[in-house]
Amino acid sequence: MPSVSMTVNGNAVKGDADARTLLVQYLRETLRLTGTHVGCDTSQCGACVVHVNGKAVKSCTMFAWQAEGADVLTIEGLANGATLHPMQEAFRDNHGLQCGFCTPGMIMTAVDMVHRLGHELDERTIREELEGNICRCTGYHNIVKSIAAGAKAMKGGAPSHQAAE
Amino acid sequence: MYNFTYHRASGLRQATNMLGKFEEAKLLAGGQTLLPTMKQRLASPSDIIDLNKIDGMSAIEVKGRNLVIGAMTRHADVASSPMVQQAIPALAALAHMIGDPAVRHRGTIGGSIANNDPNADYPAACLGLAATIVTTKRKIVADEFFRGLFETALASDEIITKVSFPVPKKAAYQKFRNPASRFALVGVFVAKRPSEVRVAVTGAGASGVFRVPEFEAALKKRFSPKSLEGLTIPADGLAGDIHGSAEYRAHLVGVLARRAVADAG
Repeated sequence: MPSVSMTVNGNAVKGDADARTLLVQYLRETLRLTGTHVGCDTSQCGACVVHVNGKAVKSCTMFAWQAEGADVLTIEGLANGATLHPMQEAFRDNHGLQCGFCTPGMIMTAVDMVHRLGHELDERTIREELEGNICRCTGYHNIVKSIAAGAKAMKGGAPSHQAAE
Repeated sequence: MYNFTYHRASGLRQATNMLGKFEEAKLLAGGQTLLPTMKQRLASPSDIIDLNKIDGMSAIEVKGRNLVIGAMTRHADVASSPMVQQAIPALAALAHMIGDPAVRHRGTIGGSIANNDPNADYPAACLGLAATIVTTKRKIVADEFFRGLFETALASDEIITKVSFPVPKKAAYQKFRNPASRFALVGVFVAKRPSEVRVAVTGAGASGVFRVPEFEAALKKRFSPKSLEGLTIPADGLAGDIHGSAEYRAHLVGVLARRAVADAG
């Protein structure tokens, strides 16, 4: 059985995992970080998006051993203690969710979007960038509003314990 | 997913040896096609050879009149590379249209080309730009490389190392996307090269990417969307499925070719 070691939300983790173990399974079932969701398991829905070495990826489409030595950030690592990350706060303020199942992936995608494209995101850009995230409640309007607001709010410097983020 | 043994290759020679040694081995580049197909049990490799720890396989460089892209270069890096944007903007734009942002962070150019999905984008760029696919054994021109549905000229122990694109005078790619899969229902890559014009079509061919000689001849006389007016391709031999009939795809080829020529300017 392959051994894996990586950093998840700033903590070093190490263990054995079957070669078939997907990163999302490792996060949810071994580390019990269940904030990262599995929606479709076919790389379509984006509920499982996490950051690996600072880049948004679908954790259902990566083996755990592929994250060997990597820095992984999940939704659980975004807030600074009791203080929500500005993007999380923006989703709350703008009611950027209905059932909430897609929200962790939406937020991780949104934060990645800001890292790549900056703080002033127009609606068209946000919608295009959300191509890989599906909301089955179809609550996209408020998700788009949340991301635009969250992007601006991140300008002040996002509180996060990960230097890479 | 069926079980497998994984191997981390530290170099191309080691990866090649492993490919020769294991019966049903598969190379892992970005894994954005391999993993989903393994989950569906459409692929069940005995061994997976990971190429991700091999150094020096994701460089982007301009060599003479060619843009050379390492096989492990991710779609996101091709899309955002100032070098690609300057040399062949159509190629950067094409890479930006693949999948979604998370998929583009993982998927690689070499993986896409080796897989030769009939609806993938990169095969159209390779054929349209007359690219040369460089492997651990030889150099293969795009016209010889793509052999059919998911079939290429690659030998079982051959690995793509880079792709060399001659810089064209003008080029553009137009994609009519399947909104669910984000693959091309039809995609047309048009390039005006010093010696010829190429029109390469993905998504429509029953046996993968192909060129349209009639369109190329018309565009060689005059590179304008008007040159394509009234020209069509027969639906015979094109792919038809629940997403679009062969006739619909044939129609799209004409429409997208004209749009691509207009876009190339």
